[in-house]
Amino acid sequence: MTDLPTVPATAAKAAPRRAGGRVRVTGTDRIFLILMVAIPTIMVLAWVWLPAIASVVLSFASWTGVGGLDTIKWIGTENYVNVFTNYPPFAPALRHNLIWLAFLFVLPTLFGIFLAVLLDRELRGTRFYQSALFLPVVLSLALIGFIWQLIYSRDQGVLNAVLGTQIDWYGDSRWNLWAVLVAAGWRHTGYIMLLYLAGLKGVDPSLREAAAVDGASPVRTFFSVVFPVMRPINIIIIVVTVIEALRAFDIVWVINKGTNGLELISTLVTANVVGEASRIGFGSALATIMLVISLVFITIFLSTVMRGEQR
Amino acid sequence: MSTATVTRRPTTQAAAAKARRRLTAGRVVLYVFVTLTALAWLFPVVWALLNSFRDYNYTSVHGYVSLGGFTLQNYVNAWEQGEFTRHFLNSLIITVPAVLLTLFLASCVAFVVARFSFRFNLVLLGLFTAANLLPQQALLIPLYRAYREIPLPLWMSDSGQLLDSYWGLILVNTAFQCGFCAFVLSNYMKALPHEMFEAARVDGAGVPTQFFRITLPLCRPALAALATLQVTWIYNEFFWATVLMQSGDKFPITSSLNNLRGQFFTDYNLLSAGSILVAIPVLIVFFVLQKQFVAGLTLGSTKG
Repeated sequence: MTDLPTVPATAAKAAPRRAGGRVRVTGTDRIFLILMVAIPTIMVLAWVWLPAIASVVLSFASWTGVGGLDTIKWIGTENYVNVFTNYPPFAPALRHNLIWLAFLFVLPTLFGIFLAVLLDRELRGTRFYQSALFLPVVLSLALIGFIWQLIYSRDQGVLNAVLGTQIDWYGDSRWNLWAVLVAAGWRHTGYIMLLYLAGLKGVDPSLREAAAVDGASPVRTFFSVVFPVMRPINIIIIVVTVIEALRAFDIVWVINKGTNGLELISTLVTANVVGEASRIGFGSALATIMLVISLVFITIFLSTVMRGEQR
Repeated sequence: MSTATVTRRPTTQAAAAKARRRLTAGRVVLYVFVTLTALAWLFPVVWALLNSFRDYNYTSVHGYVSLGGFTLQNYVNAWEQGEFTRHFLNSLIITVPAVLLTLFLASCVAFVVARFSFRFNLVLLGLFTAANLLPQQALLIPLYRAYREIPLPLWMSDSGQLLDSYWGLILVNTAFQCGFCAFVLSNYMKALPHEMFEAARVDGAGVPTQFFRITLPLCRPALAALATLQVTWIYNEFFWATVLMQSGDKFPITSSLNNLRGQFFTDYNLLSAGSILVAIPVLIVFFVLQKQFVAGLTLGSTKG
């Protein structure tokens, strides 16, 4: 699924320094160690990094995908030129991805952080509140698309009944992106709340006590003391949100395969490959654009995490 | 929901302000706010659950805001029409080996990274974790082509190739999930007491013993949390199964939703029952293994 595995940034800080230093390894132990690293590494290279590189290479080619590799024609940057100038769905798809990102940030991410801060205040029954917000996190986005149909349906949906309207929320291209975003945001809020709450629990309580002694209000304490300390988690949440927006796919695909107002870059790539007319080079150009954007944020993410590692 | 928040909040606030001191008034607002939010969050699932027990003919006459017409027939229909026996079985065939393989391979890498200070450890971990964050669609084209080219003997896959086979799906899920697990496990292993390994080495224990007899048993809590998380994620995996499976009867449950849309979206009680059925495995995780799941997601960050 498109779930983003989140790597805890503060994790490594607790790890004690290794005593000793280099360990000598000989004989069969050596073979064992090499195999233990080599097999998973080869697998990740073969399934992830080689295809990633191949995507970039193929983006400079014209190929129908039928026949051997010798039928590939190299056409330079023509695919990219076509993507930007001669492919009507690209502009809406890019816009939808950006709207997706902006929406996730402004509503679910900030709301999730807000809820985490509220729930961190030792409320009675906090388990119930946390569980309720966490419920959508275990569901797949494809299934969420199904469940929200009960709310969005034109004839029998709750939303139209409440508003007294007759809108087909998933079908009407004026509304469907927003309808889908609310459903996706339902899940994202819980996810961010969980991550942030875990981060808040790790904040040294004496910091907050000190701020309270100095007479700082809770709001002031959060913004001047807690928030800066949470920097690694903040960055992780930003990256998680960006990548989630870029990888959005399941919910849109299950609703209408990413058409009629729900185009996303990810659905365009997929449609260009598994659809009737497979345009390998052109699809790869789209894939490479995704790859480049994501690599920028992955680099930010990894440098944050690794810095934590070395501390 | 939001209208209820607006109308109820000021009255409770005012009442509370009279009854108690200022500080507690704030807390009442807080409680009302989080309670309403929590209820709003539960609503879609509760609504699906309620409707799944309603009779279609009854609700289409009386509307959804009514009582009566309760039935279990929707579940029977959804199960039959969705061929859920087969799809649940497919999910099982893919999820269980994928999770076991992921945890094993990730433990191997994590062990080496945590125990031996090779210079490329950071590089290795970077390679693994970055792999985990790449958008799958960016890798789709070459992988799809390769899957079509790689032959498998017929006893392994009736399609005769890696495309449209359980093997292909198990492997792709494993490759994608390895990174996250390796990272979490290596942090966990680094925190294990170093002296234990010194002692084992003095006793002449080799790498296999250190790994299987000492490290893995000590990692049981982390492995349990990760297993819960991975079962949920791989069960929920949609994209790879959608594009790498071709025959309808091989789809695991989550991606079989693609084909059920046409049938289910016309009868909302059937849709509700079908959704609840698909959600049951993860709802079990939610109710029974919630602690494990959350621990897996936030593992490490709570240790610091």
